Amino acid sequence: MKSDTWAGLSQVALLLVALAVVYRPLGGYLAHVYTSARHWKVERLVYRLVRVDPDSEQRWSTYARGVLGFSFVSVVLLYLLQRLQTVLPLGLGRPEITPSVAFNTAVSFVTNTNWQSYVPETAFGHLVQMAGLTVQNFVSAAVGMAVAVAVIRGFVRAGTDRLGNVWVDITRGVIRVLLPLSLVFAVLLIGLGVVDSLSAGVAVTGIDGAQHTIALAPAASQEAIKELGTNGGGVFNANSAHPFENPNAWTNQVEIFLVLVIPVSLTRTFGLMVGDRRQGHAILSVMALLWGGMLAVIWWAEAHPNGPAALLAGAGMEGKETRFGVPSSALFADSTTGTSTGAVNAAHDSLSGLGGGGAMLNMLFSEISPGGVGTGIYSILVFAVVAVFLAGLMVGRTPEYLGKKLGRKEVTMASIAMLAMPTLVLVMAGIAVVLPATAGALTNFGAHGLSEVLYAYASTANNNGSAFAGITVTSDWFQSTLGVAMALGRFIPILAVLCLAGGLAVQKKVPLSAGTLPTSGPLFVSMVAGTVLLVAALTFVPALALGPIAEALS
Amino acid sequence: MTTTTTAPRDRSIVRTQRRHAENAGRKMSAGAFTPRQLLSSIPDALRKLSPRHQMRNPVMFVVWVGSAVSTVFAITNPGVFSIVVTLWLWFTVLFANLAEAVAEGRGKAQADSLRRTKQEAVARRLTDSGEQRVPGTQLRIGDLVVVEVGEVIPGDGDVVEGIATVDESAITGESAPVIRESGGDRCAVTGGTTVLSDRIVVKITTKPGESFVDRMIALVEGASRQKTPNEIALTILLAVLTIIFLLAVVALQPMAMYSGSPQSVIVLTALLVCLIPTTIGALLSAIGIAGMDRLVQRNVLAMSGRAVEAAGDVDTLLLDKTGTITFGNRRATELIAVGTSTIRDLAEAARLSSLADGTPEGRSIIDLCVREHGLTAEASEAEKAAEFIPFTAQTRMSGIDLAGRQVRKGAAGAVLAWVTAHGGEVPGLVDHVVDRISQDGGTPLMCAEVTGGNPVVRGVIRLSDVVKPGMSERFDELRAMGIRTVMITGDNPLTARAIAAEAGVDDFLAEAKPEDKMALIRREQEGGKLVAMTGDGTNDAPALAQADVGVAMNTGTSAAKEAGNMVDLDSDPTKLIEIVEIGKQLLITRGALTTFSIANDLAKYFAILPAMFGAIYPGLAKLNVMHLATPTSAILSAVIFNALIIVLLIPLALRGVRYRPASASSLLRRNLLIYGVGGITAPFVGIWLIDLLIRLVPGIG
Repeated sequence: MKSDTWAGLSQVALLLVALAVVYRPLGGYLAHVYTSARHWKVERLVYRLVRVDPDSEQRWSTYARGVLGFSFVSVVLLYLLQRLQTVLPLGLGRPEITPSVAFNTAVSFVTNTNWQSYVPETAFGHLVQMAGLTVQNFVSAAVGMAVAVAVIRGFVRAGTDRLGNVWVDITRGVIRVLLPLSLVFAVLLIGLGVVDSLSAGVAVTGIDGAQHTIALAPAASQEAIKELGTNGGGVFNANSAHPFENPNAWTNQVEIFLVLVIPVSLTRTFGLMVGDRRQGHAILSVMALLWGGMLAVIWWAEAHPNGPAALLAGAGMEGKETRFGVPSSALFADSTTGTSTGAVNAAHDSLSGLGGGGAMLNMLFSEISPGGVGTGIYSILVFAVVAVFLAGLMVGRTPEYLGKKLGRKEVTMASIAMLAMPTLVLVMAGIAVVLPATAGALTNFGAHGLSEVLYAYASTANNNGSAFAGITVTSDWFQSTLGVAMALGRFIPILAVLCLAGGLAVQKKVPLSAGTLPTSGPLFVSMVAGTVLLVAALTFVPALALGPIAEALS
Repeated sequence: MTTTTTAPRDRSIVRTQRRHAENAGRKMSAGAFTPRQLLSSIPDALRKLSPRHQMRNPVMFVVWVGSAVSTVFAITNPGVFSIVVTLWLWFTVLFANLAEAVAEGRGKAQADSLRRTKQEAVARRLTDSGEQRVPGTQLRIGDLVVVEVGEVIPGDGDVVEGIATVDESAITGESAPVIRESGGDRCAVTGGTTVLSDRIVVKITTKPGESFVDRMIALVEGASRQKTPNEIALTILLAVLTIIFLLAVVALQPMAMYSGSPQSVIVLTALLVCLIPTTIGALLSAIGIAGMDRLVQRNVLAMSGRAVEAAGDVDTLLLDKTGTITFGNRRATELIAVGTSTIRDLAEAARLSSLADGTPEGRSIIDLCVREHGLTAEASEAEKAAEFIPFTAQTRMSGIDLAGRQVRKGAAGAVLAWVTAHGGEVPGLVDHVVDRISQDGGTPLMCAEVTGGNPVVRGVIRLSDVVKPGMSERFDELRAMGIRTVMITGDNPLTARAIAAEAGVDDFLAEAKPEDKMALIRREQEGGKLVAMTGDGTNDAPALAQADVGVAMNTGTSAAKEAGNMVDLDSDPTKLIEIVEIGKQLLITRGALTTFSIANDLAKYFAILPAMFGAIYPGLAKLNVMHLATPTSAILSAVIFNALIIVLLIPLALRGVRYRPASASSLLRRNLLIYGVGGITAPFVGIWLIDLLIRLVPGIG
């Protein structure tokens, strides 16, 4: 137990050191990528192909239409690709995909959720996996970063209604950031023992004499972008708990690092772009505070379970891989729910009441600890705007954040961005639990059953994609509402923050003075963290009381 | 001041005194808050229960609907718990109305006393054919009216002929009469004020019903109150929070049904009302009204709430030097003896030369001699008999002729010429002293005398602009608040720099012409800053209009008053600083009570959730940290606390959160501690105390 704790702490330390080392160069590089005026040759080729002028800039509404249009076309293409799997090449002879699965999966991958209501090993052939899902792993992450950068530009710019060019931002995100990094880390993962094969599987005879097929997949190449883009959709059903995806402690460490690296470094990018690195540090501190807090909760809860079997084993090891143990599982669970990744290396359904509640709450913070690629920073900026508005009044001035006044429009847009997720989760979970069919879909009743439903909607509305897995979501009701939750949970906040940014960019910049609320430093950090906690607590405590809280206290 | 007859004047003085007493009373009642006001406002609060009134406030409208719904359920399914909860829900609405009614009530008292001044004045309108008596309400813009001693000025306008003393106590509360004359910056008169002497002809500049007093009444009554930008933004946020809580409570019911413990509508309503930000929702409009009221108490009329809010945001204050930063007049601050003369010689000569000099400068010389050189202020018999030489523009000096002794003081050149004319010698040092004083921003006055036919230059008196005491501390405070002060003066840059340094302002604009002022304002605004200024002259009007906060002096011209967005009835330019503080206090009070209101919710969850679901999940009883007696007493205690806290905070909402000039971070730290941390802890104590009481009620405990 003791050595387990030390091993866990050294993993956390190693992770933090690795992130600290990369923070400056990657954050700086990202800032350069999105501010540089030069286009790469290969990018020019892309722009010629899609016929856009890379040097023209767009208003918030055009930018938003670009994001929506691109995502809509992606959903349609991905849907068709799945439905036509049986007639297209490289299908590996896998069966036809039903419309509801195809819809759910299309929305899921386009919204960077990667909620999987299918078993990857048996559902998709190579074409869907490579031309469909993998492409979306890259572009959905790039869309997130593009929106984040557009929002940051809203704070940076003054007296203009232009937020940048959405096509340039997406293209650069893929070509300059995600592709090279994925390549490097895919090779690294292969070196560390992750499987990468185009073979459909190998036939083996088990010790019971039965014939099995052990599925193989291009796991390492998928794994890198799955984690780097905070996607989370595994090529195996067991996801990162599968020994081919995540064979050992080192790959586990690399995968956690990949999940966190871009969201964390984007705070540096933010600080550099607004011209005050302390602003980035403050935002990063809020993220770190929440991430660290939830890690402590999950870790403690899993190390102190209260079931008889778990007590005998000394820890809640049910549903966890013995090669990871409690600390690595807690670290992975915290990082995957804190970013909108949703990859898992343990069964979240088997987490204790408090541990599962912690993972759920981590998502219900709106995915900001540190959040998905891009989505994390724009979501936390929404909370910063609300916190500054409340606290700003308390210093006796019209609240200002980064030199922009927060008035009626800003508060409205921030409120919409903040309100969308809780509305989706509460309304849909509320309807789901009273449907007679739900009882049949759940493997548990009572408090844990409610937790499973809440978790499913929290995971989809926040575009996380991890599952409590105790719930069968293949009914049309679940497939479609979870799909809608993913789509609205992604695009309502995007529209609201882009509109917010559009308004901010038009504003003049208010100079700082001693009377301006300082938006860096411990006071501001605790204020934003407090706002996040308060909003999540006030909104979800009644529902959580009947689920994880009741579980944890029983 | 000539008075033709004494009788009307006496009458008007009596009236003035009476009004002044009323005004004094008005101010006192407006400043303090007494529980009696709560009682007397109850009828108004009841009237505000109509749904139409409630619709304007989304938070309280939800409470209103909730109360109505639980009334229906309490009637169909009566019981002690349901009836008591329903009653307290209605009390919550009522207390919110009460807060607004009390705030408005204070304004009403002021409006009534103003209305009394708006007596039906009869105007003597001048027409081509002569004078015509018409009611004041029939005057049109451009009409000329005659007002004579003892008569009330029938409408707002400018004096176009004559000069008169006017009693403006009805408006300003200040009993000393003021002079109004045609032409120049003192030509504006206000309807409802009384002419105390002489005869003036006034050109009416406003329509009846839109006069200054009318606008004042509308303002203090809150009739023309519109929500300010920050208030709107806050209302949106509160509405959003209300929607979130509505969803949280509505979605809770299916989950409760799933868990096997469906809740009654009354309990759900109680939970909802406790969670939505009722405290700030109830007090929001009272805070706004009280903010305007605080300005009125300081004799400032803001033409819009927007201006009050902008005052809190001001980054740059433009302050006129004269009258604001310095006393209006130059004063003697130093005596510098030259040549063979001692300081004592100079002091004696200076005193003599100023004995009969009634100007403020002359008096200040006497003061200096008495204060620092132990001379007497009173003239002796011999001195009284002496011949006084008055100052003229030609001689540019004044003085006194005693037996065998002639003393003069005046402009250096004039006095030196006088000494030379009497055959005296000029000490070489004099020029140097004079130049130095000029460079320091002072005015040198030379003092010389001829004693027994022997002309001597005694020395130089330094006259300086004296910065009002405490100004530099105030500017330090402003700097701490992040506000830059710019001094505006007609002085040359040298003088201006010296005074600016002494007063501690951040910057100055020397040799300022009105267009320079305007350019400065524009420049600051280009940089995203908000600018506040005061002004009184017609040539200030464009700048007053351009500034984000323009405070016109009541003594100023109609044009200035029209251009600014505030009028200071006391015509005290330093009040700008207070206005800024009031603006900030208004925003702070809103923010603090919002924080308090939201922070309150935590304790309510600890009270209500175990009460609701303790039966199905006994583990939740661990959340009952306040050890509330029963589920019903727990829910009821939370509801009662939620209602009572509104009443308890009414005085704070009306008075405003205490404000001391400080930097944003220290203000934030302090207010977060009091209203954030306090907001989390206070309801734990409050609900626990209420539960101790109501557990004794049969059917609850």
